[in-house]
Amino acid sequence: MNPKFGVVVFPGSNCDHDAYHSLKKILGYEAEFLWHKDKDLKNSDVIILPGGFSYGDYLRTGAIASLSPIMQEVIEFGQKGGIIIGICNGFQILLEAGLLPGVLIQNKSLKFICKDVYLNVKNKNTLFTNSVTKDVIKVPIAHGDGNYFADENVITELVNNNQIVFQYSSANGEVSDEFNPNGSILNIAGIINKSGNILGMMPHPERCCDPLFNNIDGQEIFRSIVNGLLS
Amino acid sequence: MYQVTVIVKRRPKILDPQGKAVEQGAKLLGFNNISNTRIGKYIQFIINTEDYDKAKSEVDEFCNKLLANLVMEDYEYTLEKVK
Repeated sequence: MNPKFGVVVFPGSNCDHDAYHSLKKILGYEAEFLWHKDKDLKNSDVIILPGGFSYGDYLRTGAIASLSPIMQEVIEFGQKGGIIIGICNGFQILLEAGLLPGVLIQNKSLKFICKDVYLNVKNKNTLFTNSVTKDVIKVPIAHGDGNYFADENVITELVNNNQIVFQYSSANGEVSDEFNPNGSILNIAGIINKSGNILGMMPHPERCCDPLFNNIDGQEIFRSIVNGLLS
Repeated sequence: MYQVTVIVKRRPKILDPQGKAVEQGAKLLGFNNISNTRIGKYIQFIINTEDYDKAKSEVDEFCNKLLANLVMEDYEYTLEKVK
């Protein structure tokens, strides 16, 4: 079985082709674009909500996209245990759709940040990280609204259930304010839902899969999903 | 018909980087008495019903489902009858 990835295209998505390229051309998986106005997930095994600026980030990032016709299907798919990964704007959409808890507000610095960051892989026992070999991976971020916020109860729950998957860190894995690019609570860069089938992350693993870029740390995230599906 | 005016505000405890930046601008202009600057949203629309209670409950639903994200924002609104 070659798992199939469905990459949703919203008006304003701009990492959809990066994701498609990495999955299909670099990793050799099946991949297909899914148009936001359609209601057909085309038998995808994994849904990718890609990065970008869906609906121009109007009102709140991800707010309008979360109401798209395809999202009704994606929400149902996720609630039934289907695997979803939301990257950057995709993470914002997952939060607005209520599939993950919390919100992403403006970076503390108010600047759009585009650079490589290190992520401490806090939980390797997930569908998305089971094949990650390193403890710290290097993945680019590119966002203006990546500052994760949730109330204390939600944060406590995330910690207690091991739902925090990635934290911004130093190259050695040190998690502290110094290595927090955007002001996120607990340096949160990526979380999963309680049942572990939905991941949201601000960094872009699809942008570090092609060996041309000299960094292929992102490959292991997609490999983990496929290994999980095949095992 | 009612003219609806909604104001969406970030909850007091939640950092408002935009408000902070604007306040820095105020200081640069010499407005030293200004503090606690917060930026919110002002949204206007018409709701096409004569029934005040129905209008109110629809506006509440609209605010809850889309205009405000209750994780970080509160909203308030006014209804004004128009002919």
